[in-house]
Amino acid sequence: MLSSVPAIAGFVRPDIDWHAVAPELTLLGVGAVVTLVDIVLLERGRAYTSALTGIGLLVALIPIVTLAADGNTREMFGGAFVVDDFALILKAMFIVVAYVVVLLSTNYIAEGDYWENEYYGLLLSAVLGMVLMASARDLITMFVALELLSIPAYLLAAWRKGDPKSNEAGLKYYLMGVFASAIMLYGMSLLFGLAGDTRLAAISDAVSGGDSNPVVILGIIFVIVGFAFKVSGFPFHTWAPDTYEGAPTPVTAFLAVASKAAGFVALMQLVHAGFPGRDDVYQPLLWILAVGSMTAGNLIALRQENIVRLMAYSGVSQAGFMLAPLAVAGDIGGEALSAVITYVLIYAAMNLGVFAVIIAVARRTASGEISSYAGLFKYAPGMTILMSVFMFSLAGIPPLGGWFAKFAVFRAVVEADTGWGYSLAAIAAVNSVIALFYYARVARMMWFENAPEGADTTSLRVPPSLVAALGLTGAATLLFGIYPAVITHFTDGTLIALP
Amino acid sequence: MGDFLNDWGLSIPTFLPIIGAAVMLLIPKDREQLHKLIALATTVAVAVFGVLLLIQFIDNDDYGSLNFVVDKGWIDVIDSRYIMGVDGISLPLILLTMLIVPLCVIYSWNHFPEPRNPKAFLMLLLILETGMIGTFAAQDLILFFVFFEVVLLPMYFMIGVWGGENRRYAAIKFFLFTLFGSALMLVSFLALYFLADPVMVGGELARTFDMRLLPEAAAGIAKSSQVWVFGGMFLGFGIKVPMFPFHTWLPDAHTEAPTVGSVILAAVLLKLGTYGFVRIAIPILPEAAAEWAPFIGLLAVIGIIYGALGCLAQRDLKRLVAFSSVAHMGFVMLGIATLTDFGINAAVFGMVAHGLITGMLFFLAGSVKERYHTLDMSRLGGLLVQAPRMGWILGFCAMASLGLPGLAGFWGEFPAILASYNPAEVLAEETFRSYMVVAALGTVLAAGYLLWMLQKTAFGTPREEFANDASIRDATASEYLAWAPLLILILALGVYPQLLFGATDPAVVNSLNDCLDSVASGACFDAAAGR
Repeated sequence: MLSSVPAIAGFVRPDIDWHAVAPELTLLGVGAVVTLVDIVLLERGRAYTSALTGIGLLVALIPIVTLAADGNTREMFGGAFVVDDFALILKAMFIVVAYVVVLLSTNYIAEGDYWENEYYGLLLSAVLGMVLMASARDLITMFVALELLSIPAYLLAAWRKGDPKSNEAGLKYYLMGVFASAIMLYGMSLLFGLAGDTRLAAISDAVSGGDSNPVVILGIIFVIVGFAFKVSGFPFHTWAPDTYEGAPTPVTAFLAVASKAAGFVALMQLVHAGFPGRDDVYQPLLWILAVGSMTAGNLIALRQENIVRLMAYSGVSQAGFMLAPLAVAGDIGGEALSAVITYVLIYAAMNLGVFAVIIAVARRTASGEISSYAGLFKYAPGMTILMSVFMFSLAGIPPLGGWFAKFAVFRAVVEADTGWGYSLAAIAAVNSVIALFYYARVARMMWFENAPEGADTTSLRVPPSLVAALGLTGAATLLFGIYPAVITHFTDGTLIALP
Repeated sequence: MGDFLNDWGLSIPTFLPIIGAAVMLLIPKDREQLHKLIALATTVAVAVFGVLLLIQFIDNDDYGSLNFVVDKGWIDVIDSRYIMGVDGISLPLILLTMLIVPLCVIYSWNHFPEPRNPKAFLMLLLILETGMIGTFAAQDLILFFVFFEVVLLPMYFMIGVWGGENRRYAAIKFFLFTLFGSALMLVSFLALYFLADPVMVGGELARTFDMRLLPEAAAGIAKSSQVWVFGGMFLGFGIKVPMFPFHTWLPDAHTEAPTVGSVILAAVLLKLGTYGFVRIAIPILPEAAAEWAPFIGLLAVIGIIYGALGCLAQRDLKRLVAFSSVAHMGFVMLGIATLTDFGINAAVFGMVAHGLITGMLFFLAGSVKERYHTLDMSRLGGLLVQAPRMGWILGFCAMASLGLPGLAGFWGEFPAILASYNPAEVLAEETFRSYMVVAALGTVLAAGYLLWMLQKTAFGTPREEFANDASIRDATASEYLAWAPLLILILALGVYPQLLFGATDPAVVNSLNDCLDSVASGACFDAAAGR
């Protein structure tokens, strides 16, 4: 029995670069403080948690800025945890998105009489998982990060306990999520079996032989499919509409933006660092996922009557656009990542904006039906203009931010200069026209129709935290469109350094 | 002054309207008079800039190349730059825009369409102006694309909120058609970017969207690829023109749009498409243009005949004018399709003339509608009795529209027909000569439907239902003010077309020469063929 002791004694603690993990540690600390406030102050603490979480998130941005100023790529644990430009941009994005979600949640959660401390605690741990995901270059780390962000999200989706729809949302999300995790784990185990190592760099060496070993092909397919659930790509999107509709709206915003982005982060790392030589396997798969998502998402979105379900299907279609550059990553390399990150950043701004408007309007109408937006222009012109900006930005109309996101995707797929790329470009072009139809339908309701009889049309009052969220997202959407260099400054160039 | 204009002469008038709109956004909606004044002041200031530009242009006396060029970094990562400039082709169109918009503000002064809201209406008008001026001034494909799309949203809302009965359908149809074309056009631009040879920019080789450099850079693209790339642009511009068979959005949009929306649509928006052919598609891809030209010419003459027949079948005055637009733009496209400097000069003239004349006709239709509350020609009649001055103005515009020599319309149609007698050398003469015959028949039909329209609305005696309607009065002061400049220009350009040809000709010849220099001998068309 003692024979195992020397092995333990021989364990050497790996070097820890405290600066590199400072963002994660800060988030962990904030989460702990939020929990402590709950334990110590009990009910009196409720008033502070939201503000505390918001400030904590902003504090977590500080080490990211110092790391970016430092500029060195930092590796830990034998290359399983890497802090490079790619990781920093996405970490910053996750934290800013979480901050906006906190702004969206403040009134919603407080007025809804829900558990507040637990809500923000879980939100923080999900953000921690996402921030970790951005640095993970190892299958185990990725999986841990994924579960760390998913499990709190399952709970948050079911937060409105009294509402069966919210329970359905949480349960459906949980079951589908676990199913996806299982498939992904199976794929990971196959890849690990081949490479004898969980690090992406080692897997890249092991699978890039170009042989048609079915184990390699299955492994790659299963892992990608697992993350396709996370990004709600067709045909693995079926959980999204029900979950989005049932979950509390701020949580929906969080799922639709941050959780989806986390899935893309993992996909980008896998495609670029994990299987760079195997585009013969992932190209057809991602091509089908991209085309299927944008087309099916769009066509189903045309028939939606509920704004949140509409956003769910629009999200499926947008995921298709984001998958498109990855499908040609084998031809254009890092440019594909730049395009996807550009898209994800712009998408985050405009989609959060839509949800901010949805929350603000639902405070009045208490309805998610698109028809409840009728006549909004008459009594809430500011909200109408903002919603139109976000909707047409999602549709990709210049000079609103979305056009540059779409442009980056078109540029990437045309640059590939292959049949796969040109066909994606043509299909994406047609889809962006179809998408306009349902985005414009919301605008039509707000601008062209009259408010229903008996509706309350006194001017709409919006709480300050929502105003802040709307201001942030609206300004970002316009700025990204008019002067895209703000984004490309960060997304251009080599983001993931291959070993 | 000259230095100031060279640096800022284009940027200020382009963005001044947006600034005006932003100021209006901050002012409460019930201060209508203030809103009107701000809008008028902004648009007049833009027009004053236009006059200054014109004076400087005449002073420079260099119509063939770009004046007032600004070249600044914009989106470095895609090598897209903020490049603005005007030459003899874009100058008349920019001036037309700068003229039409303030006239629209004046015309609207006392008759805003339901549901009124002058603040929102005028703000949209100002945003439109930025988009239109920007499109004509942009010399970078991506910048062009952005401005090209900026006009969509305001027009969509203008039709959708202030339009007629069927406005929702018309608004979304307009939007979807145009967006479909421009999405494929964007893919074409990107293909051009990647396929063209890199050029020297700031001392290093780089890819470019610069419209000044692309004619040379794109010469190396294989012809088969050129034909595809041109196809994408053809859809984008052709839908906007609109060419047969993509014209179906136009009658709906025109019929439903408020008067001012129709005027802007006819006077300026349609020209964005034809301008795209003249400025981008043909100079950059001349070989592909030669392949496509017979097909474009065919669609153009179909459009001429189809539009004319469509006019003869209308009962609604506004819809008739809309179909006549399809026919007139057919003449413009025929001129372009000949690929000669003569034909393209005619096309640019045709654009300006159509903008003035059809804009006027839509103003008149709007005023008739306001007085009679209907545009059904079977119920109208006797305008000359009840509102004689308006009736005569209508007659004048109808004559101009049918191409009466001495008025502006003639110089758009006649040279286009003449040019197709003798198209560029690479094109088949027989084909274009048969197009010429068909197009000439189209002018006869045009005379037919316009005179028929005039007979129905202006001649005769008023119907009983309107005979004693006191609200039917002659043209008002704001109407005269809005119309007078257009009427004067129609006459002036008709009597002395050199005013316009003098400016366009050097630029057209230059744009065709660029391709002559860059394309292997024989493949390019002869710039002097039309002479």
